[in-house]
Amino acid sequence: MAETVRETIKKIIRNHLKKKKGKVFGQCLTAVGWVGGTLPELYEKDGMIELSMADVAGGGIVTGSALMKNRPIYVIRYQGFNWYNAPMIVNYAAKSKEIWNTPCPVFVRGIGMEGAIGPVAGSSHHSLYFRMPGVKIVSPMTPGEYKKIYKSFMSEEEVYYVSEHRGSFNNKKELIDDITGTKDFVIIAISITRFQAIEAKKKLEKKGYKIGIIHILWIKPFKISKKALKCVSNSRFGGIIIDDDYVDGISNSLANKVNHLTNKKIFTMGLSDKSAGFHKKVDNLPPNADQISNKILGILNNAKK
Amino acid sequence: MDKKLRIKVFEKASLCRNFEINAFNYSKNRTIKIPIYLSAGQEFTPATLSTLIFNKKIKPLIFAQHRCHSTYLSFGGKIENLIVELLGNYRLSNTRGMGGSASIYSKEIKMYGHDGHMGTQVPIGIGACFTSRKPTIVFMGDASAEEDYVLGALGWASVKKLPILFIVEDNNLSILTEKKVRRNWHMHEVARSFKMRGYDLNDNPKEIYKYQKYFFKEPMLLNINTNRLFWHAGAGKDSDEIFDRYLNEKKYLGSIGERIDKKIKQKVDEIWRKQLEKL
Ligand SMILES: Cc1ncc(C[n+]2csc(CCOP(=O)(O)OP(=O)(O)O)c2C)c(N)n1
Ligand SMILES: [Mg+2]
Repeated sequence: MAETVRETIKKIIRNHLKKKKGKVFGQCLTAVGWVGGTLPELYEKDGMIELSMADVAGGGIVTGSALMKNRPIYVIRYQGFNWYNAPMIVNYAAKSKEIWNTPCPVFVRGIGMEGAIGPVAGSSHHSLYFRMPGVKIVSPMTPGEYKKIYKSFMSEEEVYYVSEHRGSFNNKKELIDDITGTKDFVIIAISITRFQAIEAKKKLEKKGYKIGIIHILWIKPFKISKKALKCVSNSRFGGIIIDDDYVDGISNSLANKVNHLTNKKIFTMGLSDKSAGFHKKVDNLPPNADQISNKILGILNNAKK
Repeated sequence: MDKKLRIKVFEKASLCRNFEINAFNYSKNRTIKIPIYLSAGQEFTPATLSTLIFNKKIKPLIFAQHRCHSTYLSFGGKIENLIVELLGNYRLSNTRGMGGSASIYSKEIKMYGHDGHMGTQVPIGIGACFTSRKPTIVFMGDASAEEDYVLGALGWASVKKLPILFIVEDNNLSILTEKKVRRNWHMHEVARSFKMRGYDLNDNPKEIYKYQKYFFKEPMLLNINTNRLFWHAGAGKDSDEIFDRYLNEKKYLGSIGERIDKKIKQKVDEIWRKQLEKL
C-alpha cells in the first residue's frame, strides 16, 4: 500500500539517525504526538536531541552541529517560530560555504498549519528565508517529493528550508501538472494550496474553462519546466501564483519572474494582509477552492471585457 | 607558574602586540582600508590560554568574535595570512577578500569564522562541541555575553556537560558604553547559577594559570578583566591612562622582556614589509 507523507518523513528520519548517524534537533520532540507522527520514537542516545526553549540559541546550536559535518535536521513545529529560529541559520549556516569555504548544511523542517491558532505561529513563513542568499527552499507535499528533496540534500552541501504543511501529512498521492493543450488560464500553486488549487481547477472546468495547473516544489532556486512556461505563455489570459504565505514575498517575486519569462500577466493570491484571530470570522486561512475559482473568474471576466 | 612558562606566554603576547602596532600604523596611514578591531591590551588572555592548552597537547576548536587577531596569532595562525586579510587583497586572501578583520577563519588552527553578529559564536561553538565532543574554546566580549541567545546557549551547554571553556574578555566596554550602565550582574555568577564553574579574574598569566586544571573537563566560564588600549574600531586612542599588561609583564621580566620584545618587533615588522611588497 502507498505510504503517506507522514510515514515517509518518519522513515527518512529513522534512516538519518540509525544509518547515517545524523542528528535531529528540536523542542519537545520526544513527547506526545512526536511532531504529528513524523518522528520515530527515538531518544538522545539515538541522536534525537531535545533543545531548550531558547529558540534563537537553538538555531545556533544546530548551525554548530552542521559545521561538524553532521547534517542535522532541525524541526520547527510552527513556521512562525522562524522569526526566532532563523537568524543563525540564514546568517551563518547559509553563508559559511561562501565566506570560509566551509559547508554547513542544515535541513530545516518548517512545519505549517493554520486554523484557530492565532496571529503569529501559523501558516507558511517561507518568504522569511527567501530574500537571503545561500538557502534553498522547497515545499514537498507528496511522499515522492519528500524522498527526492532529502536525497538531493544529502548529495549537496547547502542549507535547505523545507516548508512542510501538516495538511499534507495524510497525503499518499503524487500531484501532477496539467500543461497540455491551450489553456485559458494557469494556476501555479505552492505548498498546501496545491490541493485546493486542484479543486478550483475542477470547478472552473465545469464552467467550461480550460485551466492548467503547475505544482511548484522548488521555490529557491525557482524550478519550472520549459514546457510549463510554454503553457503559460500560450494561455489566453496568463496565470496566478497561489501560496500559504503573505503575497508580499515569494508569490509577488515569482509572479514577476514568470511574467518576464512568458510575457503574460501573472496574478497572486495568498494570506490576506492581516493578523489571524482565533474565531472563524477573523482567522486568516490559505485560499480555498471557492475563493480561488472566484478570484480567477473575476480575472477572466475582466480580461474578456 | 614558573618563569619559563611566563616567558613563553610573553613571547606570544609580544607577537600579538607588535602585530597590532603595525596594524595600527598601517590603518592610520590608510594602507589598511577596512575597519579593524585591534586587540592590543588584551593579548595576555589568548597568549596564556593557548600556552597552557598546547602544553596539555590539546588543539581545541576555536570560536571567537570580531576582536580576534590575538586569538588567531596566539593559537598558531599564520601571521602572513592575517596581514593579507587586513589588506583586503583579493588575490592572496584565503577567503578571497571575504574575511577581513572581524571574520578570521583558519582551518589549520581549527578557528571558525565569525559572522559579525556579536555572540553568535557561543551557541554555534556549543553546537560544534556537542556534536564533535572535541575540546572547544569560545571567546566572547563582556557585551556579547549579554545577548539573549548567549545566555540561553550557556544554560544548555551546562546541562549537556560539554568539554568547553567560555572566556569572557571583559574590557568593561561595549564600544564606549561601560558595563555598569548596561547591567548590575556578573557573568561568573551567571555561569554559577547555570551550575557550571564560573570565576572572575584579571589577565595576569599567573591568575589564569590557576584554573587550567578544570580546562575541558566540564563547562567552565572565566570572566577575565582586561583593557583595550585602542578604539573599538580603527586606529585611535582614547586615553594614555589605561593599564597595559604588556608593559607590566615586560617590566617584570626585566632585560629578558626587553630582548624578546625587540627581537619579535624586528621579525614582525619585517613580515609586514615583505607582505606589503608582494601586493
Ligand atoms: C547582534 C549585534 N548587535 C550589535 C552589534 C554592534 N556591535 C559590534 S561590536 C559591539 C560591542 C561588542 O562589545 P564586546 O562584546 O564587549 O566586545 P569588544 O568590542 O569589547 O571586544 C556592538 C554593540 C553587532 N555587531 N551585532
Ligand atoms: Mg567589551
